[in-house]
Amino acid sequence: MSFDSNLLSLLIWLPIVGGAIVSVLGVGNANRARWLALTVSIVVFAVNIPLLTGYDASAGTLQFQESHTWIAAINANYHLGADGIAVALILLTTFTTILVVLGAWDAVHEKVSQYMAAFLVLEGLLVGVFCAMDALLFYVFFEGMLIPMFVIIGIWGGPRRVYATLKFFLYTFFGSIFMLIGLIYLYLHAHSWELADFAALHLSAAEQLWLFFAFLLGFAIKVPMWPVHTWLPDAHVEAPTGGSVILAAIMLKVGGYGFLRFSLPIVPDACQEFAWLMIALSIIAIIYVGYVALVQEDMKKLIAYSSVAHMGFVTLGLFIAIPLLRMGGDAQTAYLGVQGSMVQMVSHGFISAAMFTCVGVLYERMHTRMMRDYGGVVNTMPWFAAFWVLFAMANCGLPGTSGFVGEFMVILSSFAMNPWIAAGAAFTLIIGAGYSLWLVRRVIWGDVTNERVAKLKDINPREALVLGLFAAGVLFIGVWPEPLTHLMDASIKHIVDQLAVVKI
Amino acid sequence: MNFNLHDLVLLAPEDFLLGATCAILFIDLFLKQSQRALTHWLSIAALLGTLAIVLWENEPATTAFNGAYVHDAVASVLKVFILGIVATVFVFARGYLRDRKLFIGEFYTLMLFSTLGMLLLVSAGNLVMVYLGLELFALSSYALVAIHRDSGVATEAAMKYFVLGALASGLLLYGLSMIYGATGTLDLAQIHKVGGVGVNGLAQHPTLFAFGLVFVVVGIAFKFGAAPFHMWLPDVYEGSPTAVTIFIGSAPKLAAFGMAYRLLEDGLGTLAPHWSQMLAALAALSLIIGNLVAIAQTNIKRMLAYSTISHMGFLLLGLLNATPAGYAAAMFYAICYAIMTTAAFGVILLLARAGFEAEMIDDFKGLNQRNPWYAFIMLLAMFSLAGVPPLWGFFAKLLVLESAINAGFLWLAIIAVVMAVVGCFYYLRVVKVMYFDEPADKSALTLPQDLPLRWLLSVNGVALLVLGVLWGPLIGWCYKAFGL
Repeated sequence: MSFDSNLLSLLIWLPIVGGAIVSVLGVGNANRARWLALTVSIVVFAVNIPLLTGYDASAGTLQFQESHTWIAAINANYHLGADGIAVALILLTTFTTILVVLGAWDAVHEKVSQYMAAFLVLEGLLVGVFCAMDALLFYVFFEGMLIPMFVIIGIWGGPRRVYATLKFFLYTFFGSIFMLIGLIYLYLHAHSWELADFAALHLSAAEQLWLFFAFLLGFAIKVPMWPVHTWLPDAHVEAPTGGSVILAAIMLKVGGYGFLRFSLPIVPDACQEFAWLMIALSIIAIIYVGYVALVQEDMKKLIAYSSVAHMGFVTLGLFIAIPLLRMGGDAQTAYLGVQGSMVQMVSHGFISAAMFTCVGVLYERMHTRMMRDYGGVVNTMPWFAAFWVLFAMANCGLPGTSGFVGEFMVILSSFAMNPWIAAGAAFTLIIGAGYSLWLVRRVIWGDVTNERVAKLKDINPREALVLGLFAAGVLFIGVWPEPLTHLMDASIKHIVDQLAVVKI
Repeated sequence: MNFNLHDLVLLAPEDFLLGATCAILFIDLFLKQSQRALTHWLSIAALLGTLAIVLWENEPATTAFNGAYVHDAVASVLKVFILGIVATVFVFARGYLRDRKLFIGEFYTLMLFSTLGMLLLVSAGNLVMVYLGLELFALSSYALVAIHRDSGVATEAAMKYFVLGALASGLLLYGLSMIYGATGTLDLAQIHKVGGVGVNGLAQHPTLFAFGLVFVVVGIAFKFGAAPFHMWLPDVYEGSPTAVTIFIGSAPKLAAFGMAYRLLEDGLGTLAPHWSQMLAALAALSLIIGNLVAIAQTNIKRMLAYSTISHMGFLLLGLLNATPAGYAAAMFYAICYAIMTTAAFGVILLLARAGFEAEMIDDFKGLNQRNPWYAFIMLLAMFSLAGVPPLWGFFAKLLVLESAINAGFLWLAIIAVVMAVVGCFYYLRVVKVMYFDEPADKSALTLPQDLPLRWLLSVNGVALLVLGVLWGPLIGWCYKAFGL
C-alpha cells in the first residue's frame, strides 16, 4: 500500500492517535501539551498537501478511495473517499484546528492536555465524517464527535455550561437517532451500507417521504435550521472560544454536507416534493433569525444567531436546485445554487470562526461578553479593531470578502426560481449589515466610557497570527474564489446531474 | 434409557467445574483466614480451566443423556462469556470483600455453583434440565445476596429476591407442566416437533399449550428483569454488596438469554408469532419504565438497575425477531451488556473502601481531577451504555434495532430510540458529575494497590472502545453459532 492510498486514513487517525499521546504525555506539563498539540495539528495539515495536489479536480469523482471489509456480518465497509467538496471541507477542518490550538495557547489554563487532546480527536472524527462513504461509518463519526464536544463545553465552558452541553448533546442525539432508523431501513433494502448503493435504490414516494423527514431531523438540527436551532445559542455562549470556533466553522457544516450526501441523492423526489418547505424554512432562518440577532446584547449570541441566518443560505442553495432542475430544466442555475451554498459553507467557516476568536480575545481580557461593557475599543486596541471590522464586513457580505461570493451565487440562483425568494434572501444584506455594523459600533467605535476598556492591551503576535490567517482566508476567497470553486466544480456537477433522475 | 460414557465427555466443562468446586469447598475448610487467597486463585483457576475445556472441546453439535443436555455452538459461546465474566468478577471483588470481612470461602463456592447452574441452563435440552439449571443458579444467588449477614438492607434484598424469584420459578414450573400436559413430552426438540398436536396422536390441547407459553414467558421476563416483572431488580441491586451486584448484573443476563433461546426457540419455536408479540409488549414497557425511572435515581447502583431493565428491553428487540439473525443480535447484545456492566460496577468496586461504598452518584464528583484514567474508563462505560458510537454499546443497539425493524416492529424501534435519548440523560449525568463538577476533596485519590483489579478493569474499559471499532469477529462468531 502506498502512502497515497492511505491518505484519508492518515488524516483521520493521525489526530486521534496524536490526541491520545497528548493526553498522556501532556499531563502536568501544559507547555509540552501545547507544543505537542500544535505539532500534531500542523503535521495533519501538511498531510493535506498531497491531498490537494493529488486530487484531480477536473474529474470530480471520488478519489483516494480506501475500502476494506469492516463488519462482514452486516456488509459494512471501511470505505473512505473524497471528492472536491470533501477535500475543501477537510482542508477547512485541519486549518481551523491549528488556529484553535494556537488560540487556546494562553487562554486555557486548566487541564490543558485534555483540552488539546479533545480538539485533536474531534478533528479526526470530523475528517472522518467528510470522507466516509459507508453510511454506518459516517454515522459513527457523526455521532462520535458529540463526545469530545460534550466534554469541551462541559469542562471549559461558561457558568451555564452543564445546561448548555446537555442540551447540545441530547438535542443533536435526538435528531440523529431517527436518521439511524432511516439508515437501517435503507440497509435492509440495499443489503449494504454503501452510500452509492443507497442512492441506486428505487424507493416509493411514501418511503422517500419518511426517509426525507428522518434525514431532515438529523441534519436540520445539526445545521441548525429554524425552528430547531435553539440549542445553538446556548452551546455557543457557554462553549470556550475553541469550542465555539469548531462548532461554528465545522460542525454546522456537517449538517449541510449531510443534506448534500444523503437527502439529495437518496430521496431526490421527496426533496422535490418538500423543496417548498425547505426553502420556506431557509428564508425564515435568514430573515427572522437575522432579526433575532439584531436584538442580542451578548456578542457570542449575536454571532450564533447570525450563523443560523447564514446557514439558511446553505440550505436554500441546496434545495432550490431540485425544483430548478426538474421544473425549469435549467441545470446551470441549479448548479450555481449548490455551488453557492458550498462556497458559503467554507466562507462561513472562516468568518464565524474568526468572529468567535475575536470575541474570545476580548473575553480573555475583560471576562464579559456583553456589548454594553465595551465601546471605544479602537482607541486601545487599533490592530484588533481593524481585524474586527474586516470580519464584520465579511459577515454582512461585503464584495471582496468571502461572505459575498456564496450569498451572491445563491441569490442569483434563487432569482431564476422566483424573484420573491431572491428578494427574501437578499434581505439579509440589510439585516446582516444591521447587526454586524451595530456590533462594530457598540464595541469598537465611540469613546472609551469604561475604564477597564481604557486599560486594554492590543493583541499580541500570537493572536495577530491567528486572526491574520483567518483574514487571509476571508480575503482570498473573496477576491479570488476560482481555486475553491474549481476544486468543487466537477463534483457538484456530478451530484446535480444525478438529481435529475426520478427514482420512484 | 441408556447411559453412555461418552455423555460424560460431552459434559466435560460441567464435570470439571463441579469437581473443582467440590474440591475448593473441601480445601477451603482447612484454610486459615490469612490463606484465603488460595481459595480465590483456585476459584479463578477452576473457571479458567472450565473455559479452556469449553474452547478445546471440538465435538459437533449433539445431545447427551437422551436429549437432556445440548452441546452446540450457542451454548459454547454463552459458556465462554459466562465463565470469563465470572472470573473477572472474582478479580474485581476481592478487595471489596476483604475490606468488609466478606472474604470467605462461601462467597466463592456459591458463585461457582451458581455458575454451574448457568452452564447447565444454557445447555438444557429438556424442561427438567431448564428448571434444574435455573434453580441451582437462583438458590445460590439468593444466598449470595444475603452473604453480608449483619446488614439489614442486604437481608431485605435477599428476602425480596427469594420470594419474587420463587414466585417466578413457580410460574415457570406451572407453565412447563402445562406444556408437558399439552404435548406429552419434556424434551424441547420433541415439543418443537409436535407443536400443539401432542405425541402419539394425543388430543390437541392448543389452549393448554398457549397458557403454558404465557407462563413460560412470564418466568423468562422475571429472570431478565423485564417490565412489568422487574420489581425485584432495583432493590436487589441496591441492597446487595456491590461484589454480588456486579455478578447478578452481568453473567446471569447471558444465562437468561440462553434460557429464553432454549425454551422459546428450541421448544416453542412453532409459537413464535405469538410470543414475539408478547415480547414486544414486554420490550416496550421495559424500555419506557426502565429509562424514565432511572432519571430520578441518586444511587448509582439503583440507577444501573433501572438501566438494566431498559437494556433488557433492547435485548428483547433482538429476540422477538425469532430468526437466527435476531438471536445472534440478542446474544451479541447480552454479551456486550454483561461486559459494559462489569466495567461500570468495576469502577464502583475500585472506588469503594472500607466504610465507603461509592454508591451515590455524587460520590463520583470531580473524579476526573482526582484520577483521570478511571474517570475515563467510567466515561467509556457510560457512553457505551448510552449507545453512543464509536463505543461497543452502540453497535449492539444497532443490531437489535435492525432486527426489530426487519421483523416489522418499526413502532417498537422508534420507542426504543426515543428512550435511548432519555437514557442518554442519566448516563451523561454521571459523566457530568465526574468531569464538570468540582470534587469535595481535591486530593489525588488513593486507590487500593490491587494490581489485578486495576489492570483488568482498564482492559475491560478499553475493550468497550476497541470492540466498538473491531466488533466484526465477535458478531461473526455469534452469527456462526446460529448457523449464519
